[in-house]
Amino acid sequence: MIPAPTDQDLTIEVHDLVKRFHAEGPAALDQVSTGVAHGSITGLVGPDGAGKTTLLRTMAGLLMPTSGTVRILGLDPFRQGNLLREKIGYMPQKFGLYEDLTVLENLDLYADLRNVTGEERRRSFEKMLAFTDLAPFTARFAGKLSGGMKQKLGLACSLLGSPQVLLLDEPGVGVDPISRRELWRMVRELAQGGMTVVWSTAYLDEAELCDDVRLMNHGRVMASGAPKTLLGLLEGRCLHVANLAGHRREVLRRALNAPEVMDGTIQGANVRLLLREAGRRPDLASLEAGPAATLVEVEPHLEDAFISLLGGGPGGDSALSKVMPRVELDPHTDPHAVIEARRLSKRFGDFTATDDVSFRVSKGEVFGLLGPNGAGKSTTFKMECGLLKPSEGQALVMGIDLKSSPSEARQRLGYMAQKFSLYAQLTVMKNLVFFSGIYGLEEERQRVKIQQMVEAFALEPFLDTLTGELPLGFKQRLALACAVMHEPQLIFLDEPTSGVDPVTRREFWTHINGLAQKGVTVMVTTHFMDEAEYCDRIGLIYRGRLIALGTPDELKQGVATPDRPNPTMEDAFIELVQGADR
Amino acid sequence: MLKRLLRLIVKEFQVTLGDKRARAMLIMPVILQTLIFPFAATLEVKHSTLAIYNQDGGQASVELIQRLSHTAAFSRILMVHDDGALQETIDRQQALLAIRFPMDFSRNLTAGRTAPLQVLLDGRRSNSGQIAAGYASQVFQAYAAERGAKATSTLSVRNLYNPNLDYKWHILPSLVAIITTIGCLIVTALSVAREREEGTFDQLLVSPLTPAYIMAGKAVPGVTIAVVQGSFIAVAAAWGYGLPFSGSVPLLLTGLVFYGLALAGVGLFISSISENQQQAFLGVFAFMAPAVMLSGYVAPIENMPRFFQWVAICDPLSYCIPIMKGCFLKDFGFRDAWHLLWPLLAIAIVTLSAALRLFRRHIA
Repeated sequence: MIPAPTDQDLTIEVHDLVKRFHAEGPAALDQVSTGVAHGSITGLVGPDGAGKTTLLRTMAGLLMPTSGTVRILGLDPFRQGNLLREKIGYMPQKFGLYEDLTVLENLDLYADLRNVTGEERRRSFEKMLAFTDLAPFTARFAGKLSGGMKQKLGLACSLLGSPQVLLLDEPGVGVDPISRRELWRMVRELAQGGMTVVWSTAYLDEAELCDDVRLMNHGRVMASGAPKTLLGLLEGRCLHVANLAGHRREVLRRALNAPEVMDGTIQGANVRLLLREAGRRPDLASLEAGPAATLVEVEPHLEDAFISLLGGGPGGDSALSKVMPRVELDPHTDPHAVIEARRLSKRFGDFTATDDVSFRVSKGEVFGLLGPNGAGKSTTFKMECGLLKPSEGQALVMGIDLKSSPSEARQRLGYMAQKFSLYAQLTVMKNLVFFSGIYGLEEERQRVKIQQMVEAFALEPFLDTLTGELPLGFKQRLALACAVMHEPQLIFLDEPTSGVDPVTRREFWTHINGLAQKGVTVMVTTHFMDEAEYCDRIGLIYRGRLIALGTPDELKQGVATPDRPNPTMEDAFIELVQGADR
Repeated sequence: MLKRLLRLIVKEFQVTLGDKRARAMLIMPVILQTLIFPFAATLEVKHSTLAIYNQDGGQASVELIQRLSHTAAFSRILMVHDDGALQETIDRQQALLAIRFPMDFSRNLTAGRTAPLQVLLDGRRSNSGQIAAGYASQVFQAYAAERGAKATSTLSVRNLYNPNLDYKWHILPSLVAIITTIGCLIVTALSVAREREEGTFDQLLVSPLTPAYIMAGKAVPGVTIAVVQGSFIAVAAAWGYGLPFSGSVPLLLTGLVFYGLALAGVGLFISSISENQQQAFLGVFAFMAPAVMLSGYVAPIENMPRFFQWVAICDPLSYCIPIMKGCFLKDFGFRDAWHLLWPLLAIAIVTLSAALRLFRRHIA
């Protein structure tokens, strides 16, 4: 499936590329051979650590390969870097914007660096500012821009000097769906103008928009081709269990244990399945999905292709939930308000980050907070778990105000931050001992609990490994282990799966589903729309206010129109946010 | 809760001592400074150059030049042959001190008349210059006394506490306090900032530990490291450099603990107003430099302008250094040191409670 790299139309050719950062360590790039066609948008797709950034940096001439060759526009980026520099635009993951300079000063700086002067500079600024809609913000400090605007400015800076090849390293990270659509529109326009674009991403749904994709994992290209071609291979293997009665999490668990099923997720009220073979369907009766349940064939996604290439998702049973006791709330606690926000507001100076937000989360419910960057989602989340004090209103956990009796309430909550907040300098074992210790686990109880976690998350081989050196997936497992060792009755997850591969993400959600079934209440923030589908209910926060609250299906149905009868979660998100602006 | 606090402290040591670079940050400065400071930071004048223009050439001047060249202060004598050259040796910093013996120097001396000679010294290095001039004049006086010149009244100086005016006796006790400062501030100020950067701080804040416990969990390791580092230098001073230790060991340790607490307060205060390690590091420096300058280590506090004397009252180092010197050189007991100990404790209470307030505010 790898296109022959001798093709005349290839702007970038990569041959047997190997990059090792440590002589004996694993290869960051392992025998990669591929090509990028002129005027196309090619997606490098894979989880963190797949080798996307290494490949891009090698293409940009910033990393010397261990062996193999790279040719861009027929030139070698190492030996002929001087000739190429003008022709390549490279936008690293964190574009080097100077946060203390204004938008215009940043553009000026990069124009100077790229030697774009005089009339040419004036014209290209005019074009860039119109193109990025940044014209009204030229005097604003780059540090004060939203995530999406920063990415647009970064893109504008890397486009100065009209490069022929544009290398973009995860431009969609930390960017909400609306800004992400705008970025796509801009890049699509550039490609139509003949520019060759390489776009790396960890979002598989985003990759479906590329002309051509390279699915990467562990430094290898696992599959290449147009999304349509790759998806064609999965024809007939994706099903929805629709109209199901009973608990969808239970149905998913049973389905994942069926031999015919390779992978499964929750999609609103439905359960979505990926079959090992088209036509070999699981027995509907064994799923106990109720009498009205039906299997409906649905469109495959690139994520299915990825999971399929990795050999399928994990089973349906969570080893973690087996060792967690069923949650028994205090008799005084209202089971419909395990987590509650009462007219919650937070002001920073004259800026209102959270504005009069109220919601209640029931026992065993998975509640998702969604919203564009900087909309107040994190502020609300932080007040709920006691990291920020509200300006007005109350953040209650099991009816307890975290202000008045923090220790007692905190003993019952678990927290997992997006960056896997563990001590990187300590071994896995020491982290487990520490985090169980500060929650008061001692001696025999502590020993047993740690052993349970080690077994549930398969941490045994890593006990003496420094946490900072763990593979990303295991860091994430360890973070979850540390967050639940004290058997919390509710758990807060702040973008818990950003950057990890889809299989690890499935496994993570299997655990969360298992916890929810044991009665653990879950509050989660996320940028992944498919993750939002796992939630029982979603609160959408925009400009500090709760603009929508409901089940994923309710939110989607709310934005359905005759020309779009089955909107996706992303459609719902964009529609609701834009509706709030009108 | 006490066991949880213990966990926190154990973790802090594991993080601080487990990391190779962090360990080096705590050990290397102590060893290097104990080795370098006592030799490099000296006010004694040794091995400098003396320029001489001898117009006289008589027996007395030759004898004096001989004697000067045998002092430890001047290891090199530069002979010049005119006034301009003499001036130039000072200009070019070739010599610290220049002496001109006038034509009639020996004759005057033999005749029993006053025999003036000209001494030029480098004002840019006023301190060393004056000390060197002092050495030279001792040589002249001794010579004059031998020749039975009418002995002017002589002062007999006895230096208390440091009879031989060995500069190491001044440096090392101060060093105990100064090096302790670096270690303790790094552990307290930088480690909180690092936790904040890595997100582990939030993880601690959502746990049942209250801010006071989290702070204690940082302060105790900081104080411990201060005491260990301080004791190490004290031992090196007593056994390695042969300083007399005339005071009490319990007092030395108490002084270090109190000083450590005051520093932990300062460190935690800095950490609670900085967002990352970079800011914390600048904060530590912003504290360190004036704290050392105003401590009395560089110049006596009594010689400073009134305003700075007031500032020095709040400087924990200005109490710790006298305690250390007292322990080594002045046979201090608790009674002698009490007037230095209680201000340290007061500073500790003020800075620790200010840090706690800010910690709580940060959560707000």
